[in-house]
Amino acid sequence: MIKVESLYKSFGDLEVLQNIDTTIEKGEVVAVIGPSGSGKSTLLRCLNLLETPTDGHIWVDGEDLTVPTTNILKVRQKIGMVFQHFHLFPHMKVIDNLTYAPMTVKELSKQEAEQQAKLLLSKVGLSDKEQAYPNSLSGGQKQRVAIARALAMEPELMLFDEPTSALDPEMVKEVLDVIKSLANTGMTMVVVTHEMGFAREVADRIIFMDYGKIVEEAKPTEFFASAKTERAKDFLDKVL
Amino acid sequence: MNLDFTQIVPYIPFMLEGIWVTLRFVIIAIIIGFLLGAVIALVKISDVKVLRWLADFYTSIFRGTPLILQLMFVYYGIPQVLGYDISEFLAAILTFGLNSSAYVSEIIRAGIQAVDKGQKEAAEALGIPYRQTMVRIIMPQAMKNILPALMNEFITLTKESAIVSVINYLDLMRRATVVGADLYRNFEAYLFVGLIYYVIVMILTLLGKLLERRLSQSD
Repeated sequence: MIKVESLYKSFGDLEVLQNIDTTIEKGEVVAVIGPSGSGKSTLLRCLNLLETPTDGHIWVDGEDLTVPTTNILKVRQKIGMVFQHFHLFPHMKVIDNLTYAPMTVKELSKQEAEQQAKLLLSKVGLSDKEQAYPNSLSGGQKQRVAIARALAMEPELMLFDEPTSALDPEMVKEVLDVIKSLANTGMTMVVVTHEMGFAREVADRIIFMDYGKIVEEAKPTEFFASAKTERAKDFLDKVL
Repeated sequence: MNLDFTQIVPYIPFMLEGIWVTLRFVIIAIIIGFLLGAVIALVKISDVKVLRWLADFYTSIFRGTPLILQLMFVYYGIPQVLGYDISEFLAAILTFGLNSSAYVSEIIRAGIQAVDKGQKEAAEALGIPYRQTMVRIIMPQAMKNILPALMNEFITLTKESAIVSVINYLDLMRRATVVGADLYRNFEAYLFVGLIYYVIVMILTLLGKLLERRLSQSD
């Protein structure tokens, strides 16, 4: 589904990503972990071109995102993204947050879009918040709406950028539960997270990054039981 | 005290007519200023350096010279060069509209740049095209923040509109001067239109407050 080949990204003199190579299969759930500033989020944001790579290639469904002729809007329709700080549209009601993109981009009728939005809201347990404005919701509720909004575009791939890092501790579970149940539907997902328990439980593969490089890739059971690299061991010692 | 308000009574209809004359070009100038200002604001945040430079230059011209000079230039200067006899009305809406667009573009630019960057990213990630992102996602949020500043600009424009009296456009201000000259009584006439300006500005202020309340229903 996704193939990343010798990907580099620099911000000025700062090399944030160096020679990243990896492949993500359809239906796979990949957790990207590592210390702050290791380039996890930048890698994720390169996958839907919110960041433009300095060098290298990214293929999504065989289409190279890094060539200028690629219709990036079309590619982004296939890729849902959930942000650390939700980024719901504050001037729109919850239901309109969910229907705006499908109606504008996929030209769904208002009726179709609303029907789908209601279904998604019930899936994330927020049917009663349909007419609410985002500012009246708790952090956990906002993030569940944000997940539903991304799903409303019926993406083939979901990117999660530290989806629980901005939440109060008691709200982390409700969001992780939604992400877990999504993983169980066979959705392809890349999750940047600091929740080690979640990564271990849900991911098919762990990508451990440090200083802009992929240091280790392994199945969660192997990674958490016996990490191969000193750097990963050191990291796990500190966070577990 | 030498005051006699009964003297201006026969002139009241003449002066009241000035309300519409003033409002007519002020409203058009505000609309031109707002739409053009919004476009210039988008140019100012665009990636095209040459356009950005042009937009900044445009703004600096209208902010860097007196409004009364701009008006005289358009009304007396342009006909000399183009040989086109511009009407007072056209000169007025052009000058005030273009002048206002320079100020409005700065207000809107600041408003857009103050909207959380994540909003644009969220729209991009959903595949929403640039135009819809700006018009439906970013602008409404920017508008809410800049409404007080915009209202301020509209109020300034309404009051500064009195400057058109220098090109003999028969607006409120000019009519007061005409009446004053006719009666040799200036105090009563100027006080009368002064009150009218005040009421118009109060109504504008009220409209602004209502709009502000409407826009903040999402809080």
